[in-house]
Parts: sequence; structure tokens; C-alpha cells
Amino acid sequence: MAETLQNLALGFSVAFQPTVLLYAFVGCLIGTLVGVLPGVGPLAGISLLLPATFGLSATTAIVLLAGIYYGAMYGGSTTSILMRIPGEAASVVTCLDGYAMTRLGRAGPALGISAFGSYIAGTVSVVALMFFAPPLARFALRFGPPEYTALLVLGLLVLGYMGSGSMIKSLAMAVLGLFFGMIGIDPMSGFFRFSYGIVELGDGIGVVPVAVGLFGIAEILATAGQETPPQVQKPRLRDLLPSREEWRASFAPIGRGTVVGFLIGLIPGSAHIISTFVSYALERKLSKHPERFGQGAIEGVAGPESANNAAVCGAFVPMLALGVPSGPVPAVMMAAMMIHGVSPGPLLIQQQPELFWGFIASMYVGNVVLLILNLPLVGLFVNLLRVPYRILYPSILLFCVLGVYAVNSSVVDVWIMTFMGLLGYLLHKFDFETAPVVLGVVLAPMLEMSLRQSLAMSHGSYSIFVGRPIAATMLLVAFTLLVVGLKPLLPHGTDWRKRLGLADRSE
Amino acid sequence: MSKLDRISGAVLFLVAFLIVWESNRTLPLGTLHNPGPGYMPTILALLLAGLSLLITLIGRDSARFSSLEWTEGKHALAILAACGFAALALEGIGYQATMFLLLFFLLGIVERLRLTLVLSLAVGLSVGSFWVFYNFLRVPLPLSPLGF
Repeated sequence: MAETLQNLALGFSVAFQPTVLLYAFVGCLIGTLVGVLPGVGPLAGISLLLPATFGLSATTAIVLLAGIYYGAMYGGSTTSILMRIPGEAASVVTCLDGYAMTRLGRAGPALGISAFGSYIAGTVSVVALMFFAPPLARFALRFGPPEYTALLVLGLLVLGYMGSGSMIKSLAMAVLGLFFGMIGIDPMSGFFRFSYGIVELGDGIGVVPVAVGLFGIAEILATAGQETPPQVQKPRLRDLLPSREEWRASFAPIGRGTVVGFLIGLIPGSAHIISTFVSYALERKLSKHPERFGQGAIEGVAGPESANNAAVCGAFVPMLALGVPSGPVPAVMMAAMMIHGVSPGPLLIQQQPELFWGFIASMYVGNVVLLILNLPLVGLFVNLLRVPYRILYPSILLFCVLGVYAVNSSVVDVWIMTFMGLLGYLLHKFDFETAPVVLGVVLAPMLEMSLRQSLAMSHGSYSIFVGRPIAATMLLVAFTLLVVGLKPLLPHGTDWRKRLGLADRSE
Repeated sequence: MSKLDRISGAVLFLVAFLIVWESNRTLPLGTLHNPGPGYMPTILALLLAGLSLLITLIGRDSARFSSLEWTEGKHALAILAACGFAALALEGIGYQATMFLLLFFLLGIVERLRLTLVLSLAVGLSVGSFWVFYNFLRVPLPLSPLGF
């Protein structure tokens, strides 16, 4: 403990150097701007700016790139809250209650709690990263393909079970999303599936066009032409920060979101996206008033936003402690470290303590910078809502098309966004939730790959899923949830009062 | 069959049927122990078919199709057409021209705003966003044949 604090002091002596502070600020600023634009997420932002760090020292380069990473994670929530356009996939869940709060004139508190929640989650997760990195990383590595398959199945069922609407409809939408995720080249056999000669579909359907279409475009289609468009209440200046009640309601969700996000962030894959869905579902289930979710419940913003940022820190654990990147962004970060002559892994702490602890300390500093940077911007962003919707929605549409095209420089993505917009509009009319479709698209490639890898490991035997304790436990929980969720559909036995012929008399 | 859930259930069942049919037509199914590229889509389609049947069966209490209002329908069609136009024109006439036309159509023709406002917004947003993305963020956006 004393040694850790001593090392942290060393780290802060590095992080508080004026140049490092400056690069942390620049990274957070660029990251926030990148996150605000739909389509240009943290991965694209870091990749685009990686060459710009070649002339910097290893510490400043890593601090700059890490700043872009968590700046983008925060920035993505801004457009979700204000316009129902997820800046990146992890902000999809924030659309649900964040945008509903905006419609109620509470955009400021939604953005504020998002900033505070991100700050608290980020800071607490860095503490966890400091103390628990090596043992947690070793636990995360016990997740092989069978455990991963079980986790993904459990995740899908948890979402269906905890959703506000019909479980059957949620599951149907998740299955539809999984099917969309199957489109493209089969990674095991090289077959083109459902691509009909469209080369761009070979890489599959991206999450960004699906999310922007199902949320952003569908919302524009549903609201732009209404005879009396829903009036977004203009926020007053004194309403920009969360009220005492909103703080009280957000405190526990931020705590739970932090724990959920950090733990899920350890697991390889698109964990930060999954963590937001799990956090939202958890908050809805634990709430005394679950019917408020989707109507502007601040817990629905606080939990997922905290989980999102905590997962970012969680994702750094296997990278720093073991040299194993747990997702595409940590992989690019690791590549950046290697370009600067740093090899992440167990020896990093011993060989380059200044860099390791400087990085840890810079994450604390980065979270403070992010908060200082974003709170004044809340007022600025909220003022966008003063623009009349007749002018605002064509501008939003421009940024949707631009952001979606920018991901792969492909017009096929713009077509996918258009189709998903129409689908989202119709699904909304027919009372289906669209979030499970996005989750399905995210999980499909991972689910299929892990299932087939598991079967390859076991020479085709499905017993591998029940023979391994972690996988078996998760599948048991999933099965229980399914049975409990479907129980209301089973035919009920005859009422005992009817059998006794008492029903008529008592009525 | 006029209930919303019955209609949506039937449509989802049709989608599931088409997936199974298409998977079996073009993709090897493999075996239970060694799944091929058609295995997962078929499994998913069967799941979807089962769920859609359940939706149809329990959908008797849902609202009637005739209760849906489509007042925003024409607007929605215009916006979808604008998106389709953007997809068609983007790589043909370039980003700036496409976005100018898209904004001119939506602001000027659909929303009928003043011409000066329409022109200033269309030019400002199409040129401004191009400058930020193309020059500042180095995002490769398509240029027109005339080079702008």
C-alpha cells in the first residue's frame, strides 16, 4: 500500500508537468469534439491522430491518446442526450432517457450528471486499476470461448428480461439484430453471406449506421412532420445543473454503474458497449418506478454513462498488466506504446515505473480536465436546442450522413442508415424497442466466433458449455431468466374458486 | 389480423422463412458438431420464427392497425428520399454539392423557409462541415468532378 502511494506520488510528479497537463487537456478537447460527431468514435480519433504523436515523448503521447479516448467516450453522450444521435455505439443507451430528459427541458442536468458520473466512475476505476490490475487481469484471462459464449447468451437474455416492454418482442429484436450481424464474410469459412455481390457488405454491417439509423433518423422521421412537433422545453440557465433530488437519485446508479462497467470492461470484446446495456437494465430492474425509464429517468443516464467510463479503465487492466489488449481501442493504444518503444506487460511496472505511474496519474488528471472542460460546455451545447426544429433537423441529417459516410468512406453505409431509419420508424409505430437490435449487431460476430471456437476446442461436443464452471453457471442463470421471463405466458390453472363454484357468489 | 402485434408477428415470421430459405439455398449448413456458415443464420431464423409465432398468438390484445396515425408520413417520405439522394449523389457530384442540394431541398422546399436563410444555411453548413472534416480531421470526403 505504502509502496503504491509512493509510486503514485512519482506518477503525479510526471502528470503535473506543464507539458503533460497541456497534452491531457488537448487530448480531452479533441476527444470530446471527435465523440460529438457521429461515426468518428474513439478508435477513428486515436488512429487518425496517432501519427501526430510521433514527435512526442512516450509519456506525453500516451497521455494525449488516453485523453482522446475518454474525451470521445464522454463526447458521444452529448449528441445522444440532445438529439438522440449516438456519437458512438456505447452512447446508444444514453439516447433512451437522455433525450427524454431533453424533451422535458432537463438537458442540462442530463449532460451534467453524465459529466459528473463519468468523472466519478473514471476516478474510482483508476483506483481499482492501481490496486487490482494484476489479479483481475488473470481472472479475465480465464474467459475462454465457452465462457464468452455463455456470457453473451446471458447478456442477451438479461436485456430481454429486464426490458420495459414485452420480453418476447425484445428477444425477437435481439435475434433480428444478431441476424444483421451475420451479414458479410463468414470468418471461419470465407463464405459471403447475404451480401448479394455488394463488396462493401463483405465486412458486415457496421454498428454506427445501424445505431444512427435506428435512433437518429427514425426520430427525425417520427417528429419532423408532425402537425404540432413535440416542443422541446427550452432550458433555463439555473436549470443547467442537476437538482438535489436528481443527485440523490443518481448516486447509487453511478456507484453500481462504476462496478458493473469496470468488471465488464476487463473482459475482451466490445465490453464498454455491453456494460452500458447491462447497467441500464440493472437500474430499471432495481428502480421502484421502472415505468419512468424511457420517459426521462436520470438514473437511466447516470448508470450507463458511469459504466461506459469505468469500462474504459477496466479495458486498460489486461493491456497494462499482461500486455493483452481487450479490444480495438486498447490494441491501437498498445501499438502506440510500442511505436514509442514501450512494451506493455508485467515488466512495464518494473522497467518503466515513471511511464506506468505517470499514465495512471494522468488518468486522474484527465478526469478532472474532462470535468472542467465539459461543465462550461453544457450551457453551450444546450443552447443548440433553441434553434427551431425545422432548421435543426436538416442540420442533424447532414451530420448523420457525414458521420456514417466517414466511418468507411462508403455510400453503402449511408444506404444502411436510411434503411435502418425506416425500420426504426416502423418498429416504433408497432411498439417494438430498437436498442436490442443494436446490441444484437454488436454481439453477433463475437457470439458466432466464440460458439464455433468452443466447438472446435471440444471436437464438436456441446458438453464444453456445462463442463466448465464459469460457463455452466452463466448458462444456468440465463436459463432461469428465460423460464421466469416466459412464465406469464404459460396457461394458468383453473382458479380454485371456480372449481369450488364460489366465483359467482363472491362476485 | 388487424391487430398490430399480429401483423408484426406475421412479417417477422415471413422474414424468418426467407432467411431459412436463402441460407439453405446459398450456404452450407454444416453439422451440429461442425457448424458451417449457414448454421447460425438458420438457428437464428428458427428462433425468430418461434418468437414471431408467440407474438402473433399473444397479440390479440394489441391495438388495431387502423389506430395508427400517419400524419407525418409525407414528411418522413421526403426525408427518406433526401437520404437516398445523398447516398446516390455523394460520390458522383461530391460532398459539398450533395449537402447543399439536400439542405436546399429540406429547408427550402419541404420546410419553405425564406430563400436568403435557406441559401446561407445550405452554403454555410455544407462548406463549413467539409472544411472541418476534410481539412481539420483529414476525413476523406468525395470531391466533385470540378474539384471542390
